[in-house]
Order: sequence, then C-alpha cells, then structure tokens
Amino acid sequence: MNMQIEKQIAHRNKKNKAFKGVIIAGTILSTLPLLLILFYIFKQGITAINWDFFTNLPKPVGETGGGVSNALVGSILILLVSCVLAIPVGIVIGIYLSEVAKSRLAYYCRLAVDVLQGIPSIVIGIIIYEWIVRPMGGFSAFSGSVALALMMLPSIIKSTEETLKLLPESLKEASLALGVPYYKTVLKIIVPTGISGITTGVILSIARVIGETAPLLFTAFGNPFMSTNILKPISSLPLIIFNYATSPYNDWHQLAWGASMLLILMILILNIITKIVQRKWKVQF
Amino acid sequence: MTGISYQAKRINLKEKVFKKTLTLSAITVVVILIAIFFTLLINSMPSIKALGTNFFYDKTWDPVADEYGALPFLVGTLLTSFLALLISTPFSIAVAIFLGEYYKKGIVAEIFKNVIDLLAGIPSVIYGFWGLFVLVPIVRAIEMKLGLPPYGVGIFTSSIILAIMILPFSVSLSRQVISMVPAHLKEAAYSLGATRFEVITKIIIPYTKSGLFAGLLLALGRALGETMAVTMLIGNTHEIPTGIFSPGNTMASVIANEFSEATGKIYTSALVEMGLFLFVVATIINILGKQVIKRFTLS
Repeated sequence: MNMQIEKQIAHRNKKNKAFKGVIIAGTILSTLPLLLILFYIFKQGITAINWDFFTNLPKPVGETGGGVSNALVGSILILLVSCVLAIPVGIVIGIYLSEVAKSRLAYYCRLAVDVLQGIPSIVIGIIIYEWIVRPMGGFSAFSGSVALALMMLPSIIKSTEETLKLLPESLKEASLALGVPYYKTVLKIIVPTGISGITTGVILSIARVIGETAPLLFTAFGNPFMSTNILKPISSLPLIIFNYATSPYNDWHQLAWGASMLLILMILILNIITKIVQRKWKVQF
Repeated sequence: MTGISYQAKRINLKEKVFKKTLTLSAITVVVILIAIFFTLLINSMPSIKALGTNFFYDKTWDPVADEYGALPFLVGTLLTSFLALLISTPFSIAVAIFLGEYYKKGIVAEIFKNVIDLLAGIPSVIYGFWGLFVLVPIVRAIEMKLGLPPYGVGIFTSSIILAIMILPFSVSLSRQVISMVPAHLKEAAYSLGATRFEVITKIIIPYTKSGLFAGLLLALGRALGETMAVTMLIGNTHEIPTGIFSPGNTMASVIANEFSEATGKIYTSALVEMGLFLFVVATIINILGKQVIKRFTLS
C-alpha cells in the first residue's frame, strides 16, 4: 500500500519536472527566431555598411558603391513630420482621457483608440490614399507622414493616459489649492511630472512605425533620387528593403541587408533609450 | 481691482479654451474612426453594387477580364492566419507560463521579456526578407523530400513567419492574465499536496481560460491584417491554394501588390472592399477580445 503511494508521488513529481522542462524548452525555442534573425542580418549587413552606404544614391545594377542616402533622409523626414503631427494631438487626447476618465465621450474615445490600433497597416495606406494622395493628385512624403502619424497616435495616447493616471490626486489638489488655474496645473504640474512616461510612449511609437512599409506603398511611394520636398514622392528605408529584397540582383540584396541592419540598429537604440528614460526619470511617489 | 478682475477674466477664457481643446481632440479621434469606416464603405460601393455577395464566392480574380472574385484570397487569409495561430499557440502558452508563473521576476525574466518585446519590434518587411533567404530554402528542401513541387514560398512558409510575428502579442496578454491568478487559490492547491504541474493545469489554466482566449484572439487579429512579410513569402498566385504547401495570396497582400497599379473603377473598388472586410473583421476581433479581458479582470 505504502509502496503504491510512494510510486504515485514519484510519478507525479516526475511529471512536474518534465512539464517544467517542456515549458523552458518551449520558451527558449520561441526566442530562437529572434537570435537567428539578428545574427543573419548582422552577418549580411555588416559587409554592406561603409561610408558610401550612407552618402551615395543607389546605383544601377552592376555598379558598386551604391548607398541608401536618399532612403535614410526620406525615413528621417517622414518621421519628423509625423512626430510633429502625432505628438501634440496624442498628448492632448491622453490628458483628456486621464482627466475626464468617466465621461461618455471618454468611453467612445478609448474604444476608437483601441480600434484604431488594431487596423491593419495596409488599410491605413488605402485610407490615406483616398484622403490625401488622390485629392492632391500624387504620391507625397507628406501623405506617408500622415499615415505613420495615424499609426503612432494610439500608443502615444495610451501611454500618456496611463502615466498621468498614476499620478496622485494630492499633487493636483495642492496646486489648485494654491489658486493655480486648472489649465496651468495640468500643463505645468501634471504633464511635467509624467514626462518620462510620455516620452517613453512617444519613443516606442516611433520605434514601432519606423519599419512600417505597407502604409507607405501608396503614400510615400518611393523615389530613386534624393528628395527633401514633402510634397513629392520620397524613398524610405523599409520601402527600399522591400523593393531590393524582392529584386533578383545580388548588389541590391546587399543594399537591402545593409538597410535592414541599419533599421534594426535604430529600433534597438530607440528601445534602449526608453529603458534609460524609464530608469532615470522614474515617476515615484 | 479692475486689474485683478481683468486677469481673472483672462484666466477664465484660457481655462475655457483649454477644456474645449481637450474635448475637441477627443472628438477628433472618434470622428477619424467613423471617417475611416465611411471612406472604405463609399469607395467600395461600386464593387459592392456590381458584384454583390458573389465577391466572396467567385473563384476567379482576373482584372483583365473584369472579373473579381475574392474567394482565393479569403481562403489564403484564413488558412495562413489559423495555421499561424496553430503553430504559435503552444509556444506562446509556454512562454506565458514561463514568465507568468515560473520566472515572474529576476534577471531571467527580464532577459526573456526583452527578447519577446524585441520580437514584436522587428519590422514586418525584415521578417519577409529573412524568410525569403533563410526559410524559403529550408521549406524547399522539405518539399523536395516530400516529393512536392519545390516552390519554397507558399501558405506554409508564410504561416511560420506569421507564427513568429504574432507570438509576442498573445504572450504579453496571457502572461499578465496568468500572473493575476489569486495567490490563495494556488496556495490552497499546494496545501492539499498538489505539484506545480497540477496547480498550473488544474488551477491556473482553467482560471485564466478566457484571458488566454482573448490573447489568441488578438494575435489572430494581427495575423489577418499582416501584409509585408506575407506578401514576400506567399507566392502571389490568384488560385485557391490546394494544400498547405501550395502558393496562394492573402487579401492584404493583393492590396499591397495591386492597389497602386489598379486601373478602372471596379478594380480599385474591389481592392478597397477587401480593405473594408479586413477593417471590419479586425475591429470585431479587437472589440471582442477587449470585452473578454474586461470581464476577466472584473471577475
């Protein structure tokens, strides 16, 4: 009888251990793709990156020394404009949601933000095509910026709302009790106190859209030449990765690997910056 | 005295402007969303009128002959998404249990959390590029072994990449849900002599069922709309896929490939209608998922 129970317990313990092993193995296996992707891209990309890569335009197939300067400039320009569009609006809406948390409008606004976040990026491309590209009569960097801004909005709004909600009421009450007007309390006390959380959200939203390709296909469109005119088509890193990756030429693949590595490095750096911001300026009460 | 009342008036005005701005910007988001829906609806009207429900039954997509049937793409979208979900679910549950139960805190948890976050941060186009050069040759070798036509690209390849891409989305939710299981439930089971395995399978998973389901739902929503990586790996044929190794096409990738070159009212409109379909499905899945989570956190 005793033997049987002991056997059963040993069996259950074995099962327990085996299960833990399976979970750990599954987790490690899940992280394997990331390591493989990073390794492969850095291996391929490192040889493509040199001075020419940053300063030259792409060259025709067969010529060496081509670069992606136009795409780099294009990406930065598109992102700058979308930041200008998305950041103020996003923060203001975030303030609204944290301040007027329980109104009916806040409920619908939150719902809209959730839905907006889940819209497939290609659909955003169609929308901006119909809203901006068609009326303006052509593809433009500006339309690409609007598309990316639309994709940045939800995460800026959410991070602002969540950060500001964590701040204690006493902070606001103290300011109001001193006779500071409400708008000044919000702009000079509440927002500055939560600035690290807001900044983190903004940087993460940039990191999220920096590699977006689908919404740019029919908005920014791409451009083989250098352009800084926001009303004209413009190239960007994800666009040239897509175009060159699907081309049959080795030289172009090489450029695409370089561009991929550059893009991943940018995303990594943005992520590290958010970690530093979070740690340095942690909101604590 | 007049100075003070003047100042008070100015402050009052600023106060009003500030509050109006807040409300107005909140309304803007709602308006944008409604505008998105109607833009899609209006622009797909020509195709809805001309094709009706045939749009989803018709098997041929031939813009030259002015025939637009989206069935092959509907099948392609559903097949890749559900296959991806099937592949990624065991892994996402494992990672969620790992981070939500076994290693909640500490250096190991931090490392794996960051790795999974990073997985979500890699752009779709880079997944596609990597898949094209690493995954496609591997799948081609498998197909040769199995005696199938060695396309390399196709439903299966796309599903694998999708599975990797959606993993972080279901993990982030399932992990939170699992770590929210009340300690007293687990402790009660331990005190009765349950092993950790038994606690996980008999307490944690039944308790978090709905939350885990919501995580899968949100991941599915991601998979349905995913464009670039799938476009690069699926083979872009206009026929209904005959098996998981055959090439196909999804709605999102047809839009990506053909929208900027589409000529003719119905052609463009048919593509927008697919966009509308993706929008509606993604929205329903999203709201449903959020509702499930809400009910879970309230209970």
